[in-house]
Amino acid sequence: MKKIAVTCESPSLDAQVDPRFGRAAGFLIVNPETMEFEFIDNGSSQVMAQGAGIQAAENVARSGAKVLLTGYVGPKAFQGLRGAGIEIGQNLENITVRQAIEKYKAGGVDMATEPNRMGHGGMGGGRGQGRMGNGR
Amino acid sequence: MKIAIASGKGGTGKTTVASSLVSVWGAPLIAVDLDVEEPNLHLFLNPEYTGARTADMEIPKVDSALCSRCGKCSDLCQFKAISLMGEILMTFPEMCHGCGGCLAICPEKALTPDIRELGEISWGRIKTNEFLMGRLRIGEAMSPPLMRTVRKQLHGMMNAGSLDVSPKDVIIDAPPGVSCPAINAVMDSDFIVLVTEPTPFGVYDMKLAREAFTPMDIPMGVVVNRAGLGNSEIYEYCKASGLEILAEIPYDRGVAEAYAKGTIIAESSGAMKDIFLRLAKKLKEKADLPKNPGGAS
Repeated sequence: MKKIAVTCESPSLDAQVDPRFGRAAGFLIVNPETMEFEFIDNGSSQVMAQGAGIQAAENVARSGAKVLLTGYVGPKAFQGLRGAGIEIGQNLENITVRQAIEKYKAGGVDMATEPNRMGHGGMGGGRGQGRMGNGR
Repeated sequence: MKIAIASGKGGTGKTTVASSLVSVWGAPLIAVDLDVEEPNLHLFLNPEYTGARTADMEIPKVDSALCSRCGKCSDLCQFKAISLMGEILMTFPEMCHGCGGCLAICPEKALTPDIRELGEISWGRIKTNEFLMGRLRIGEAMSPPLMRTVRKQLHGMMNAGSLDVSPKDVIIDAPPGVSCPAINAVMDSDFIVLVTEPTPFGVYDMKLAREAFTPMDIPMGVVVNRAGLGNSEIYEYCKASGLEILAEIPYDRGVAEAYAKGTIIAESSGAMKDIFLRLAKKLKEKADLPKNPGGAS
């Protein structure tokens, strides 16, 4: 089965899913059959003034994961992840990494066809940081 | 002499001061609007336009048949404008700052120059003076690359014409704030005029501007607009930090009315004209002081 990347607040299956993608603390790269995992620190993205989503997408692509489970993904990160052939399950929050994986395996995660978070509109704009409609 | 009219806080009167100085200057001058995100100097100066062109910047284009996925460009780029996503090299053109590093470092010659449109620059005449402005393309996030194009054009205009009046004096209407666009607008000027107002916001943001501009070692002075409003903190701060107050524009309904009609404030009354004539005289005296050689070029 494909390896799954999940944004997480700390390196544990019982950590909360970090709803932010670009500025997530890190990723657990999980083998969904054995539940074995490795942790990838995303600090390199967190410190960036801009381009954090693209850097995070690069980190996930390099890990070899083919599925990403997270909360909110911006347009550039979305484009990068899809370009690398990674499927994106979004709108996950207030659950643990383990629960997110179980939900995915049970077919309970909708796979995204478009980003669910608007871009920041460039530097210093402070525009459009709200969420786009999550409902469908 | 190149004078930049700047401020920390927006709406303090940069364009009021810039347009008025242009009106009373009396020597060959180029008025430049470098607030390319929202240029408005032309609304007061009403130039007769004589030329315009679009400005663009070099960005990379990928030939994936030649790309070996070595990742050198992706590692080099500090803005994630080019990124190796697994096996795919992707570009994010709106993130590119146009440094050209990726084009230079690619060992396979898989990157070629493409362009991103930045905006438009236009120029013209105002009576005996010249005018130049930039206007950022809607949707473009970065203003410094367009500002660099405007400054390049300005350099040509300053040194054109008869030798006895070149380089001509320049008055720059700068964008507000203390980030890259503001720094870019003032960095090669000979003198910075900080326009502020005697309110807590005016004082706070002028402190930020002074701190941001001080490392460039360009002399600065202050114009207090809306004098009579607020409190005395701005005067105490200027005194304590050695900033000369070059002029005060009184807080007056007549100024607001004239501004709303697009009138240059120096042309709205004799008293206002005198204020700006004295300011222009002081600024010209500053130009005669010995300072950084070659700074005017």
